[in-house]
Parts: sequence; C-alpha cells; structure tokens
Amino acid sequence: MADRITLQVTRYRPERELEPTTQEYEIPLHEEWAVLDGLNHVKDQLDGTLSYRWSCRMGICGSCGMTVNGEPRLTCATFLTDYRPGPIRIEPLRNFPVIRDLVVEIGDFMRKLPQVKPWLIRDGDAAAPDGELLQTPAELDEYKQYSMCINCMLCYSACPIVGLEEGFLGPAAIALAQRYNLDSRDEGAHERLDVLSTAEGVWGCTFVGECTTACPKGVDPAGAIQRYKLTAAAESLRSFLLPWRPA
Amino acid sequence: MSAGYTEFHPRWYRRRMPVFWWVGRRSYLIFVLRELSSVFVAWSVVFLLLLIHAVGQGGTEYRQFVHLSSDPWMLALNVVTLAFVLFHALTWFNLAPQAMVVRLRGKRVPESRIAGAHYVGWALLSALAAWLILR
Repeated sequence: MADRITLQVTRYRPERELEPTTQEYEIPLHEEWAVLDGLNHVKDQLDGTLSYRWSCRMGICGSCGMTVNGEPRLTCATFLTDYRPGPIRIEPLRNFPVIRDLVVEIGDFMRKLPQVKPWLIRDGDAAAPDGELLQTPAELDEYKQYSMCINCMLCYSACPIVGLEEGFLGPAAIALAQRYNLDSRDEGAHERLDVLSTAEGVWGCTFVGECTTACPKGVDPAGAIQRYKLTAAAESLRSFLLPWRPA
Repeated sequence: MSAGYTEFHPRWYRRRMPVFWWVGRRSYLIFVLRELSSVFVAWSVVFLLLLIHAVGQGGTEYRQFVHLSSDPWMLALNVVTLAFVLFHALTWFNLAPQAMVVRLRGKRVPESRIAGAHYVGWALLSALAAWLILR
C-alpha cells in the first residue's frame, strides 16, 4: 500500500462562514508529487469545491503561491515528500484579503505595479533609433536578475511591512523599477524617483530581508531596495547641493 | 465592476497582523531586535558624550562619573548596551554586501570581500582608538 499524507487546507466559503476553517484531506504520497499535485488530487477525486489558483506547474506563471507550513511557497515547486510524515498545512498567501479558500485578492498589487512605470522610457525629444538598441552582455547583467520576477507575490506575503503598512509599494514593484532603472536603454530613472524615494517607496522598507529569502527566482528584492536607497540618498544630496542642476 | 467596488468588498476575509507577529519567526525576531538595538546605540553615544564632558570638567566631576559608572545598575545597562551594539554592528556588516554592488574591472566584487572590508575597517579603527588611548 502506498504511503499517504494529510493536507490541512484552509477553507473560506464567504456565503456560509465568517472566518476561515481548516479541512483535512488524506492523499497518496508519491515521490514526484508537488503540493500542487496533491491539491489537484483533492479537487479531482475528493472535493470539487476546493478553490485555488494554478496554471503552468513549472514555476513560470506565478499563480500557485500559497503558505505551506507557514512559509510562502510556489506549490508547484514544493514537494510533498519534503514534509513527510506530515501533516502539511496549506493556507492562502498572507498579507492579502482572501476571496475564497486559497484564492487571494491581488488588485492592490496589480495597482501598485504600474506606479513604478515598468517599461522602457526614452527621452521624448530624442529621435527614435533606426535599429535595435544594442546592449553588451555586461549591460544585460546589470538588470537581468531583477527581470526574472514572475509576480508570484511570495515576497509580499513574506514582508511584514506589507502587512503593517497598506500603502507600501512592496518588494516586487521596487525590484521591477530597478529592472528598468539599471537597463542601459532606459532614460526614465528620474521619473521613477518621485514614486520610489518616498515613505511608501524604498524608505518604507526596514530591510527585514524575508522577501529575498522567499523569492523562488533569485531576484533579491531586498538588495534592489537597499541599492536604490543609496541612489535616492545620493540624488537628494545632489539636488540639495546643486539645486540649479536638472534632475 | 469598478475598482472602487472591489476595494471594499464586504465578504473578503482580512487577517489582521497580530501584535506579536515578530515573535514566532527567527528572522522577524532578529529584525525587531536589530531595530531595538538602535536605542542602545543611541545610549552608548550619550554615555560617551557624558564621559567626555566629565573628563573635560576634570577632578570631582570625573570622579562622580566614575562612581556613577561603577553602580551595578549602570554596569548591567552598559553590558546589555555592549551586547546590542555588537549585534547591531555585526548584523549590519553582514547585510552591507546586499546593498553595495561594487565592480572592479567589470567584475562584481564577491559579497564576502565587501563584508570582509567592513570588518577590516572596524578592526583598523578600533586599533587606532586603542593606540590613541593606551599610548
């Protein structure tokens, strides 16, 4: 007989309960099953009413982030056997309102992302380039790490400042701003400064560092934020000492 | 459906951050202790200024300060302060490489070197201070 393991899954059915509850499901424990496979087994075989998000099953889409035994994890990249003999506690991502069961509301995150203007900004007066904007491997390396973000929001779930300060821009959005600020083709750093160098921006971060620990793609948002603090401080000093100089 | 409506959806469950959210997790606890250590860093600066003031006044004032410093309560406070100041310095030195990206001849300087440079700088300044005091 195959091994089995128990999942303790948070349920929240707003039409019939005011607070989340926990429901247990016993599932087969296969060597190759990720936590997401376990949830899919529950959905397909045991309880079709369970709600959760998933899509690619390979750590690219960023949909299946949940709290597994207290840690923010991509459930497609977290294996059941690592939690043997169980039980495994599966909760929705923290610091987000819960819509239903393991599904969280991400509207706040989606509204914060475009605030940092995450696209290439070119000087408006300059003529459009004739061909591609070429980039050396060294220039690519400057920002490549920050471009690996898949918007899975594990960093928002790990960050206590996100939970305490509703207006905080958050780790992924700031790392995304740095992805463009450090891109040699971008000329929009001064436009992002007003959003980033604020109490809701980088100065809201107190460098807990958990965003970097939680990140499944090695983005290091905490590093991005601290680097930008240096940039923002230097910029403030420059505008204080040389007020006539354009930003 | 407008964004304004979804922001205040009555049926979403919002978990409040518990007051002691920082107790249950080691990294959160270390973070809060590091923040708290700033108070002790500030106290160590005040204590140093008081010492300099007492030395400047000389004689009676200095003896009074030495007497105050040897009070068991003051000793206990300063031992705790030393522990927190060391904790503050060590944790910040270890975090420094994450904030500092230094490139030499196109290559990124490894994190251990940056942290190491901080420790070397600390040792050199301590040695200088010791030399000034003990010579």
